[in-house]
Amino acid sequence: MIAKSLTFAGKLYQRIMIETDILIIGAGPCGLFTVFEAGLLKLRCHLIDALPQAGGQLTEIYPKKPIYDIPGYPDILAGDLVERLMEQIEPFKPGFTLGERAEVIEKTEDGRFRLVTNRGTEHVAPVIAIAGGLGCFEPRKPPISNISEFEDNGVEYIIKDPEIYRDKRVVIAGGGDSALDWTIFLADVASEVTLVHRRSSFRGALDSVEKVVELSESNKINLITEAQVVGLNGNGTLDAVQIKHKREGEITKETDHFIPLFGLAPKLGPIADWGLNITKNAIEVDTFDYSTNVPGIYAIGDINTYPGKLKLILCGFHEGTLMVQSAFKRIYPDKKLSFKYTTVNGVQGFE
Amino acid sequence: MDIVNITVIDREGEEKTLEAPTDMNMNLMEFFKSYEYPVEGTCGGMALCSTCHCYVESEHDLPEMGEDEEDMLDQAFFVDDEKSRLGCQIAITPELDGLIVKLAPSAE
Repeated sequence: MIAKSLTFAGKLYQRIMIETDILIIGAGPCGLFTVFEAGLLKLRCHLIDALPQAGGQLTEIYPKKPIYDIPGYPDILAGDLVERLMEQIEPFKPGFTLGERAEVIEKTEDGRFRLVTNRGTEHVAPVIAIAGGLGCFEPRKPPISNISEFEDNGVEYIIKDPEIYRDKRVVIAGGGDSALDWTIFLADVASEVTLVHRRSSFRGALDSVEKVVELSESNKINLITEAQVVGLNGNGTLDAVQIKHKREGEITKETDHFIPLFGLAPKLGPIADWGLNITKNAIEVDTFDYSTNVPGIYAIGDINTYPGKLKLILCGFHEGTLMVQSAFKRIYPDKKLSFKYTTVNGVQGFE
Repeated sequence: MDIVNITVIDREGEEKTLEAPTDMNMNLMEFFKSYEYPVEGTCGGMALCSTCHCYVESEHDLPEMGEDEEDMLDQAFFVDDEKSRLGCQIAITPELDGLIVKLAPSAE
């Protein structure tokens, strides 16, 4: 690992370059298990994921749901499966770049790949395995025609720094935990908070719901239910939102910020721009070794497609296993590869 | 009866009456996909993505919404309080015969 420091926008950053054998994009079950199979061939792996934790959809969307088709487990909770996988690959000391999205891939002079994330972290590897599942999870954007004009000029889908709302007027939309929690939090920070929700009842934790109702009754926040934000007004920066109420019609509400909080949805994202053959949001692969049309880049798990494809964790494990055999031959074209059973040889991890 | 007729109105407004099996443990999302409608079914039927969001246009008495479905519709767009449902939460049963269902606009 090479660390360089550089200054950007007046701040000092450590620029880190990570080198590995197989760079795995996506730290879901398929990417995680691939670390194990690669480790058996003495190949090191590093995983990148846009989410802040490993596990992909299993951790992000359904950690408490049971899975019934993992061989040997009549049932296992998704979150538990991720924990077991992490334990299984621990001997092979995988590296992780979490909370960063793989953005750009380019060829290096020595024929390897350089991958840079949205936060500028550089990775170099001879092989890339895309195990990106459904793609990157990104905030759901409400279908308001001019919303993109105001992004970062009054419209934010994620609250990164609550201080920017200090003494400002804020409109939050949504009915889930994050909408409720941020309404409560910003009630003490912003000069005015308005929460707009489509229904009259809220899902989300009961104490948060009670707290929001209490804040509304004591006039600390404006609560507008059975209403939706349908329009945005302003010239370059946001001045007001149009709120459509089920019975009372349209209201114009002056505001400095609009924060729509409608959860996350998966998007293919930058992967679509890497020159890979893609059909219906999935990467075409050769089932011989799950290679893509770009030599050295493989795609495994839910993100790939081939005749007969099934999006199953089970199948992703198989794909990763075969893929690393091909990756080995690509990395060490002159080395002999002998296949070994773990039962015979055990698992020799890395120091 | 193992087959029911369901009328689907797609996002372009085109209407088709199609046969759906009641004995295949199928739901409306899977039924849309089996006829190659542009319904992603991203989450696989766990009421976690709203890509199978549709409007029930006929007067059928459908099973009530569960909490998961209500939660997800809260995060969806183009929701009609009277008609919106998630296709994945509606099993294809003999009671669905004659159902008219319209696909909600894609959120993307």
